[in-house]
Amino acid sequence: MITTHRVWVYGDDVNTDLIFPGKYTYTLRDPAAIAAHALEDLDPTFAANAHPGDAIIAGRSWGMGSSREQAVTALKTLGVRLIVAESFGGLYFRNCINQGIYAAVVPGLYKRVTTGDVIEYDADSATITAAGETFALPSLPDQVRAILEAGGLLALLKRR
Amino acid sequence: MTGFTFVEKVPARAAGVESARAGEVLIVRPDLVFSHDNTAAIAKIFAEIGVARVFDPDRIAVTLDHAAPAPTTAHAQNHIEIRAFVREQGISHFFEIGRGICHQVISEEALILPGEVIFGSDSHTTHFGWMGAFGMGVGRTEMAALWATGSLWIRVPETLRVLLHGRLRRGVTAKDIALRLCADLTVSGGAYRAVEFAGNGMESLPLDDRPVLPNMMAEFGAMSAYMPPDQVVFDALEGRRTRPYTPIYPDADARYDQTHTIDLDALEPLIALPGSPDTVVPLSRIAGTPIQQGFIGTCTGGRYDDLAAAAAVVRGQTLRARLIVIPASRDVLARAAASGVLGDLIAAGAAIGTPGCGACMGNHMGVPAVGEASIISGSRNFHGRMGTPDAPIYLANAAVVAAAAVAGAIVPVESIEAVRS
Repeated sequence: MITTHRVWVYGDDVNTDLIFPGKYTYTLRDPAAIAAHALEDLDPTFAANAHPGDAIIAGRSWGMGSSREQAVTALKTLGVRLIVAESFGGLYFRNCINQGIYAAVVPGLYKRVTTGDVIEYDADSATITAAGETFALPSLPDQVRAILEAGGLLALLKRR
Repeated sequence: MTGFTFVEKVPARAAGVESARAGEVLIVRPDLVFSHDNTAAIAKIFAEIGVARVFDPDRIAVTLDHAAPAPTTAHAQNHIEIRAFVREQGISHFFEIGRGICHQVISEEALILPGEVIFGSDSHTTHFGWMGAFGMGVGRTEMAALWATGSLWIRVPETLRVLLHGRLRRGVTAKDIALRLCADLTVSGGAYRAVEFAGNGMESLPLDDRPVLPNMMAEFGAMSAYMPPDQVVFDALEGRRTRPYTPIYPDADARYDQTHTIDLDALEPLIALPGSPDTVVPLSRIAGTPIQQGFIGTCTGGRYDDLAAAAAVVRGQTLRARLIVIPASRDVLARAAASGVLGDLIAAGAAIGTPGCGACMGNHMGVPAVGEASIISGSRNFHGRMGTPDAPIYLANAAVVAAAAVAGAIVPVESIEAVRS
């Protein structure tokens, strides 16, 4: 199945404090309230303008820093289901998988697109097509694929 | 010897096999898991899983540290929910506000030991490498899954070996080593990898300095970090531990992804400029930069030696900038009180806070105003970290922070000492 995604493009080292500020971490629990602060110190236009189906394309170390899962929840609540970066903070990568968000390392993609572009994601062939070029997505370990297919770790555990 | 790194041995044993190569996926059963002020949010996810009881209340620790004592009613509500959950589940290891920061407290209590595996819902869980344990940070959903099942999947990472050669000069600390490493290989230098420290330079690191290296490997992007434990470590755990342990070392012929060497003799005090821990310059490059607030504290830089180094700088001085000192634990505070270090800090005008995470993340106890510059002995200087993106944060070792508080500007520590003499 091929789906299309409008993209928001960001650079290197976007840490979890920029994605979701630490000062809100122990008081905001409602996903909508969390989402309202998504990327507020980096791109104040994002939360109000992101649409379901949008994807994030970033440089190296997207989501480095804190373990806070709200940095994933905030984007997921706004409808983001696909994040592609040169590399991820390890914890952020795991948090994405555990929330059923497909986080993929694809070197070179973020230099080919700008915010507002539309990319095509082909789940069957595991590729992304952007700016006329096709990028292969890395293969996933079975455990990771099982979590993603269930819609996240919580959904997988509930099913068991 | 069969060429195994530390992370190819210890998580494997916790998964019931002798060893595993980098790239293999393991289902690991940790010796201890812990959470902090995020416990209430995790409990909510745990309830959704539909399991009534946690896997083992004796292998779970909870510490109130991140916003403690509660700065607002909302934070207090969060704490009260956590206390109720701890009671309801009979969790053995609960630490109230003021006991200290989770990593420091669990280390002091010897709840985890060399060769063991610990998962925490906090990115600085890499910290436990100081004693040769495997520590890894996890997210909230993962912690809920751990409470329910007692196990978690990990992919065994490749390992970067960092060789420390020589001996630190006076006034240079493990903080400067960590900043040097971030500067050399960037904040993604450790991404998806484990870091093993080795080399003769480690022997000269005092106990309080050791956790700084694995702790700050969180800023370096590493999944876990390890230092080979020696007698200094064994002595620190004696008297508190309640079970035997076997330290685990990497094989001499272990295979590393990369080896990076740092010459300790050549290191000087370093500063990370606002924004990222890898934007590092020698102190001399930015001497004279005005500072409004110094903060000594956090799991990175709030141990006894940090307070003592700061006290040595501020003794007999008056401060031109605010200095906030928040010990990493009650033990650190008690020791500083007994030795006179605390008295020196108070006499100079430092503001002392309740042991905990303090001003590190913009919750309370030292939030800067717009335009105010802070210099901190902690590890995070991301824009907005302390509450507003318009308040620059510099990272340095504790003596440098104290000197900046005395001068109202970033200055070499020796310039303060020169004034006194």
